[in-house]
Amino acid sequence: MAKEIVEFRNLETHFDTPAGTLKAVNDVSFKIREGETICIVGESGCGKSVTAMSLMGLIETPPGKIVGGEILFEGQDLLKLSKRQMSKIRGKDISIIFQEPMSSLNPVLTIGEQISEPLMKHLLLDRKEAKKRAIELITMVGIPRPEKIFDSYPHELSGGMRQRIMIAIALSCDPKLLIADEPTTALDVTIQAQILDLMRNIKKTHNTAIMLITHDLGVVAEMADYVVVMYAGKVIEEAPVMELFKNPKHPYTKGLLKAKPILNQTQERLYSIPGQVPNPVDLEDNCHFSDRCESCMAICKEKPPVLKEYGEEHKAACWLYEKVGEAR
Amino acid sequence: MSEQPLIQVENIKKYFPITGGVFSRTVGHVKAVDDVSFTINKGESLGLVGESGCGKSTIGRTILRILEKTEGTIKFNGVDLHSLSKEEMRRFRTKLQIVFQDPFSSLNPRLKVGYAIGEALMDHGVKDPAEIKKRVLEVMKICGLAEYQYDRFPHEFSGGQRQRIGIARALIMNPEFIVLDEPVSALDVSIQAQIVNLLSDLQRDKQLTYLFISHDLSVVQHLCNRVGVMYLGSLVELASKEALFENPLHPYTKALMSAIPIPDPTLKKERIVLQGDIPSPANPPQGCKFHTRCPMATDICKQQKPEFRNVGDNHFVACHLV
Repeated sequence: MAKEIVEFRNLETHFDTPAGTLKAVNDVSFKIREGETICIVGESGCGKSVTAMSLMGLIETPPGKIVGGEILFEGQDLLKLSKRQMSKIRGKDISIIFQEPMSSLNPVLTIGEQISEPLMKHLLLDRKEAKKRAIELITMVGIPRPEKIFDSYPHELSGGMRQRIMIAIALSCDPKLLIADEPTTALDVTIQAQILDLMRNIKKTHNTAIMLITHDLGVVAEMADYVVVMYAGKVIEEAPVMELFKNPKHPYTKGLLKAKPILNQTQERLYSIPGQVPNPVDLEDNCHFSDRCESCMAICKEKPPVLKEYGEEHKAACWLYEKVGEAR
Repeated sequence: MSEQPLIQVENIKKYFPITGGVFSRTVGHVKAVDDVSFTINKGESLGLVGESGCGKSTIGRTILRILEKTEGTIKFNGVDLHSLSKEEMRRFRTKLQIVFQDPFSSLNPRLKVGYAIGEALMDHGVKDPAEIKKRVLEVMKICGLAEYQYDRFPHEFSGGQRQRIGIARALIMNPEFIVLDEPVSALDVSIQAQIVNLLSDLQRDKQLTYLFISHDLSVVQHLCNRVGVMYLGSLVELASKEALFENPLHPYTKALMSAIPIPDPTLKKERIVLQGDIPSPANPPQGCKFHTRCPMATDICKQQKPEFRNVGDNHFVACHLV
């Protein structure tokens, strides 16, 4: 098995809100291995983006605060690093692309300047070398006429091209981990197909690990090696992709898989999970899915289930799989 | 479902002027909708799919006369909507409603939900407050909202519930026809399924006619009887749901279908990845508008615009190669 490059250990990221403490990430642990695509799936507000932002050291304090846990990157706890040490890793060893490429590019700088910046800062290239490398990168992400694009501004490009530029910037220093936070959600399907293709190629040629955050199970099925499902700030299930789709354990994962209409598999009525995601402020200490769960038992309302291994590499946090007598 | 057409759209065009220079002269046009015709029968739901900027929302809005047409006719039950006076159109609007994508920005944050839903009743002459409240509560119940939520403000609701409010507002006047403009695109999967089910229940119970605008082919397949595919302001294919999904004829329809990720990791399918971006609708390509990205384009496609024609069984397609 490949080497682990990132390990989240009991990460807790909280936000102070006027209504109370919001536990956006509540005791989350999982690992990312070298050259692996790991998908974090869940609905809005489940804490998937906050997990990624915690890893990048981009949680704004206040209101946010990482109150517990460790994030190990190649054995080193990122949470203990100074701001300066962190900024040497960010953009070099770990880089990120966001959902909305227009708002993450600077509108008054040319594309070339923005790709050159990390090259000059992290790899200490001079302007000329940086330009040469930037043009290579633009070519690599599949944009024609790279010299012309180098001198263009973000508003002159289409959404798909902007996302390609973001990927080029993220890859500029050959990172070990690329975080992609809903990279195709704002794009049309035919453009989405292009971007997913590009990301698959990058993984193949550069052996970059990818942490892909998405809500689209279709994207998960196409891209992932390993899947982590989150709900209300907790990991509720994780497994290799084949196993998860074939044999989902948690009722929420099952519900998600059934609720999505699939092309050419029509059904009379869509399955829908009743109710809605609970208010994340001041959640009770029980199974957060219990109010919406069809197989809810008495214990689900009393104690939170623990994420445990059931079968090879397949973990779930659900009382259904625990003999109630043995519960700790 | 009857064969009686409720909405007839004939050769509709909608151009937006591009102005430039010191005197803001018109220097060109964005051809958002360029010569589109279709009909929607009573009780039917027609899906319109396509990528951003293909003109699908503009068609919806032009039908409701939120936008004025440039050319063509739109008939509702035989009445030419764009020939009505403002006042006549206002009264007609009770029969034609719209639900938008983002339910939050389409609700006034300072109006209580009960008032927002009942507003249209007041505008159309219902005076008695008790009567209004009764009808609002009825509609709220149908849409799955609770009675105590009558006095709440929009920010107190989740996305899915706000969309229910949007649907309730459209239903309050007992419309015959509703334009659904990406009603579930902003919602999470588990909530999306609830709203799709609500929409199909409503259609069955109230014999509504829908124009369902979406970029998500799988939702369209679930909800619609007939589907039209648009590209750069024109319809490229229009057929019954079964015919379109089992036997797509236009290369764009095929590419669009193959681009959708299927949630099944065991499936390794051959994908048609379209190269390049959608051209600008201000300056669409000559001939077939799709030829710049079409994997099968030939010389004739670059020169001649293909005719939108019936290839049998009301399966319409605009392609030289079919």
